Amino acid sequence: MADTYSRAGNAADPPSLSPDYRSTVLRAPSRPLVVIPQTLSEITGPVYGHSDVSPGEADLTKQHAGEPLGERIIVTGRVLDEAGRPVPNTLIEIWQCNAAGRYIHETDQHPAPHDPNFTGAGRVVTDDAGRYRYTTVKPGAYPWRNHHNAWRPAHIHLSLFGPSFLTRLVTQMYFPGDPLFPFDPIFNSVTDAKARERMICRFDLDTTEAEWALGYVFNVVLRGPAATPPDLD
Amino acid sequence: MPERTPSQTVGPYLHLGLTQGAFGAPEVFGSAVAAPGQPGHHIRIEGRVLDGEGVPLPDALVEIWQADSEGRYAHPADGRPLASNSFRGFGRCATDKSGAFSFATIKPGLVAGPGGKIQAPHINVGLLARGVVKRLFTRIYFAGDPANASDPILALVPVDRRDTLLAKPDATSPGLYRFDIRLQGADETVFFDA
Repeated sequence: MADTYSRAGNAADPPSLSPDYRSTVLRAPSRPLVVIPQTLSEITGPVYGHSDVSPGEADLTKQHAGEPLGERIIVTGRVLDEAGRPVPNTLIEIWQCNAAGRYIHETDQHPAPHDPNFTGAGRVVTDDAGRYRYTTVKPGAYPWRNHHNAWRPAHIHLSLFGPSFLTRLVTQMYFPGDPLFPFDPIFNSVTDAKARERMICRFDLDTTEAEWALGYVFNVVLRGPAATPPDLD
Repeated sequence: MPERTPSQTVGPYLHLGLTQGAFGAPEVFGSAVAAPGQPGHHIRIEGRVLDGEGVPLPDALVEIWQADSEGRYAHPADGRPLASNSFRGFGRCATDKSGAFSFATIKPGLVAGPGGKIQAPHINVGLLARGVVKRLFTRIYFAGDPANASDPILALVPVDRRDTLLAKPDATSPGLYRFDIRLQGADETVFFDA
């Protein structure tokens, strides 16, 4: 059975065992993955849940009575596959800490302030051309206990579905020029430097709105079609 | 051509984005995959996610994707009409503090497989967690199902590891199956690369 989706691009993903990120040590499978064909079970996937998202969920700065503190930003871009085709009508789930580097989540114990006007979660669905856009505040850096003096570079978590079970992607979007990049084992779990750059958004003056918000562009590329088998004539 | 965006971990605060109902937003996906009136044999699947030392993961998300009782997927690549329009086949459950997850669903039917072969009833599983930098992918099969013997995917799994893919009926409760996911160790669950 010929592949529907390309496998070559999987090389961009980090190895499950990335020991500098300590939590992988007991959570990475130790046995080799079993390679299987792409059957109907893999080339299908959930295509619902998208119509349940309201437009207001794409503005993380308007979920409370007041404005959250921090740098207001607009993030926009396209979701594409590896053939450059837009991925329309796909759900993007977004989560992040506030501008001070604190998550609203109960397990976050970093002694930075909560922001009563910021939850840090949103959802958006791509349009017919694969475009999306959301408004939020720039997340702060924050410490974690992976190693001494460990700090995460500012990032926004993104979860995407695409058209099948195999196109599912969870990633993190980083900001240009972050001085913490060389020290972050999660960012560097992606071993290829060029692939790491594909997780960094780009500042964009055209997206920036005068007197209102800085603009960033971030395109997400999901698994695309397998190469067409050569004609055997 | 554009190149793939790499995978990253969901991190410890996954619930904020992936089970948003806990934070006041409408919940888009839940762990009830089949409504009570859905045609088919209704089952519950319960299990735990365990690390290499047998410690439960309190910060994992289990996602399942499955066919209906006739082996049909709610997706254009299948294309056959479904027994019920309300059946979507996708579910999501975050593990609790004891690493436990559960789904209310139906047992899927036989599914078309490669080369005209038939696949035994199975549920596709994606696992995301803190410390998991790229999604892990496995399948739930059903212990005792006669179709397992000729399933083309199980046939690719070393014989001594196939048991890790079998959900076992729990004798104490009709319709309950147990399926644990072990990330390492002697009974490490088989994970796939497709």
